[in-house]
Amino acid sequence: MAIDYLESIPNNVDISGDRRLQRALEAWQPRFLDWWKDMGPEGFQGDDVYLRTAISVDSNGWANFGYVRMPEYRWGIFLAEPVEDRKISFGDHKGEAAWQEVPGEYRSVLRRLIVTQGDTEPASVEQQRLLGMTCPSLYDLRNLFQVNVEEGRHLWAMVYLLHAYFGRDGREEAESLLERRSGDADHPRILGAFNEDTPDWLSFFMFTFFTDRDGKYQLATLGESGFDPLSRTCRFMLTEEAHHMFVGETGVGRVIERACELMKEHDTDDLAPHGGISLALLQKWLNFHFSVSIDLFGSEISTNAANYYTMGLKGRFAEEKIDDDHRLKDAHYGVTGLRDGKRFGMSEEPALTALNERLRDDYVTDCQRGIDRWNRVIRNAGIDFELKLPHRAFHRQIGAFAGLKVSPDGRIVDDAEWAANEAKWLPTDTDRAYVASLMHPVMEPGKFANWIAPPRRGINAQPVEFQYVKHH
Amino acid sequence: MIDFQTAPDRYRHWKLAFDGPVATLTMDVSEDGGLRDDYELKLNSYDLGVDIELYDAVQRLRFEHPEVRTVVITSGKEKVFCAGANIRMLAGSSHGHKVNFCKFTNETRLSIEDACENSGQHYMAAINGACAGGGYELALTADHLVLIDDGSSTVSLPELPLLAVLPGTGGLTRLTDKRHVRRDRADVFCTLEEGVRGKRAIEWRLVDETVPRSRWEETVTARAREIAERSDRPADAKGIALTPLTRTIDGDEIRYETVTCAIDRATRSAAITIHGPTADVPATAPAIHAAGAAFWPLQFAREFDDLMLHLRLNEDEIGTWLLRAEGDPARVEAADAALAGNAGDWLVREISLFLKRTLKRLDLSSRSLFAMIEPGSCFVGTLLELALAADRSYMLDGQFEGDNRPPATIRLTAANFGPYPMSNGLTRLAARSLHDTAAVEGLKDKIGRDIEAAEAEELGLVTFAPDDIDWDDEIRLAVEERSAFSPDALTGMEASLRFGGPETMETKIFGRLTAWQNWIFQRPNAVGENGALRLYGTGRRSDYDKRRV
Repeated sequence: MAIDYLESIPNNVDISGDRRLQRALEAWQPRFLDWWKDMGPEGFQGDDVYLRTAISVDSNGWANFGYVRMPEYRWGIFLAEPVEDRKISFGDHKGEAAWQEVPGEYRSVLRRLIVTQGDTEPASVEQQRLLGMTCPSLYDLRNLFQVNVEEGRHLWAMVYLLHAYFGRDGREEAESLLERRSGDADHPRILGAFNEDTPDWLSFFMFTFFTDRDGKYQLATLGESGFDPLSRTCRFMLTEEAHHMFVGETGVGRVIERACELMKEHDTDDLAPHGGISLALLQKWLNFHFSVSIDLFGSEISTNAANYYTMGLKGRFAEEKIDDDHRLKDAHYGVTGLRDGKRFGMSEEPALTALNERLRDDYVTDCQRGIDRWNRVIRNAGIDFELKLPHRAFHRQIGAFAGLKVSPDGRIVDDAEWAANEAKWLPTDTDRAYVASLMHPVMEPGKFANWIAPPRRGINAQPVEFQYVKHH
Repeated sequence: MIDFQTAPDRYRHWKLAFDGPVATLTMDVSEDGGLRDDYELKLNSYDLGVDIELYDAVQRLRFEHPEVRTVVITSGKEKVFCAGANIRMLAGSSHGHKVNFCKFTNETRLSIEDACENSGQHYMAAINGACAGGGYELALTADHLVLIDDGSSTVSLPELPLLAVLPGTGGLTRLTDKRHVRRDRADVFCTLEEGVRGKRAIEWRLVDETVPRSRWEETVTARAREIAERSDRPADAKGIALTPLTRTIDGDEIRYETVTCAIDRATRSAAITIHGPTADVPATAPAIHAAGAAFWPLQFAREFDDLMLHLRLNEDEIGTWLLRAEGDPARVEAADAALAGNAGDWLVREISLFLKRTLKRLDLSSRSLFAMIEPGSCFVGTLLELALAADRSYMLDGQFEGDNRPPATIRLTAANFGPYPMSNGLTRLAARSLHDTAAVEGLKDKIGRDIEAAEAEELGLVTFAPDDIDWDDEIRLAVEERSAFSPDALTGMEASLRFGGPETMETKIFGRLTAWQNWIFQRPNAVGENGALRLYGTGRRSDYDKRRV
């Protein structure tokens, strides 16, 4: 008996009236499910999880809560409501009507943008697939799975674009999205940060705070796209991405809260004897994840970024709120670079090629706001400690500072100083082993691991001790 | 001045490693090692300086390493094989520099193919990352192309969609004529900026195999060893050292040991004199090996090659080369005999092939070539090829007044009938006698005999045979007339006339480079204010003149 795979796909893109989309999804959907079972959360596929499912894009429809087994999750395809008479707001096509079909001229560039974005979505599911086994609470376990199914839905969103607008090439790329594997030597994910392990929950919270925030900025700039279906897809995805960052910010915040409690209780900075994660350790994790995540914005000076902008494919963050000509042909932007290999200095670069750096600046500012909130928690606890974002040249692999040895406070250091301090600045194997040693599953409703404080409130007005996952 | 001489201990961009019959030539371009400082050689992109090192490496592998049967070209960079010629370098270069650069890179690519076909030294491209434009064209010169299958590395020729130009080192021609890629697929491939990877790259014949990262090293090594099995190069031979050339540049005089050159800026001409062997040349293989780089035919080839490269790049206003050969004809004939008599020896084979390539370089030089055959000259066999390569040759009929040397003669040897084909596959004798192929056969009867001016003219071996009364004026007028013509028109005319007869992949590569690529390189759609090449990297969009020409 033929299975009607399509019946169960909530959508607002008229799948039932689009034969091309039906044909593509009929082939792809079973392969997606195979991938999910193979690479999705390990050990919990048969459990009932209290998840949010989007069934429409209006305020009632996008947040439907209920127990669902993850393989039966209804991954939907949603675009934000169309903006009537939408115009392209930047680049050479500024003022022209937004494209409802892919312009032939930009076909391959658009496809590459979509594939690169799409590749990150399943990648993070793969990176996080073992975390469930060491969850600090059912509440956190449920949040992990919510993030995972939504990353799965974001993959669907990108695959929808590939299927609906890019013909055979698009279908092939959609297949490839299921073939690459995070960290696989032969078929790695496209971007470096998405091939790193997410070995523990502290890393997971940091990842959702820092790396998903990169996702937010990428989606926001694609949300400005002149290609309207991409714009609408990304704008809807942003609402979900916000939840992921909430998981990260509150997750780290709760670790901080617990650290402060333990510090006060035992009157010490050293929380190892007490099974806590110290603020110094947190700072190291922060240093690592921040530096890996800002690499994702690419080279400071980028021809690609400039081309995407001029072509009208990828704008700036909050493009329409910026007061300038939105073409940038003669504009400049201050970029921090290396002078004589010895010091940092600001130079005015053509604004078009500096777009990556501008976006990175927006991102750093946004990160700092989160750090400030964390520091308030520490201050309110009466503890004299401040978490800091490391200098942007610290521990970089991509761009002008790649491979440069720089301290978190922004001094260029020699090999000796780096070697002497690396263990203070970045997680060591011992640190990772220690954090890993804290990772024991806590599966009793309302209970939390010793290293993390409970949240202020539960999900969807449920109590904190609600049974968010029914583990069988 | 750009110097074409280098050596492995001075390379900035390549690394050579040896493992028995396999050499690995690793491209690891130093970003700040460009010839000019207005561009950075990112992503293993190259400029002339990078290619000069490649040329040197290719030459040394042949002469200094008889044991090397497979050369693996690969990249030392993560995820990037080679991004091709540096775009900013091209955008900031004069048209002349671009053309010179492309011609030289093409000659080097062909010398790689010459090693594969004739020297038993097979190249294999181990494409371990993105391979675009000139990078793929470099890979295309190899016998065997292996592409890493990592889901992202592609081969591509993005010149047209990205830069509004064509691949400049034979990429299009090699797709159709060498790889036999179907033309419709080639059309798709060449308009696809991001290129092709994996299964499709094999299916479309763009590469020979793909290998996953986890099996990369072992497969590349195994394949290189297999390819080495096919070679006839000796296992136990010892190479000879290509010692540094002695060259002095003294104002307008350039001197090597076997070649000298005097530039006359007034007539924009260079008088190039080849000096024949001054002592008896070794006749046996062991003696030739012992002489090494000092063996006259090899020394001449290296010095003349270097001079041509120098004049082409550094003296672009010197439009006419006057070629003379001075010395003892018997010794030149003996040198030819030494090459012919030891043709089975690997080193002698290399020397003959190098002479072939050097003479091809002369054919391909965009300079008017006049040969001057005078008393005391030694236009014999290999050196007679210089006269046959020339656009015109002048041979003195009789003697100069007050000069008691015997009248000039020329002499054919077996070298004129096979070992030095032109790019079109013909000998220079055949190429100048397309109307009468039998006549070329008939010339074999003249091998080893002195031919004086009148007979040479009659046999069609020289253009003019003035006597000493007319000589000076004839030569002066010819040179002055030449320097008054448009250099562009001369280049086009000479190239058209030099390569009569059939087309080969080689003639197509140079012909199309000159005709199509160099035309497009001049057009506003590429290099105008709003042309793609000019705007590349600024993020601004080019605005094409939409009219077809």
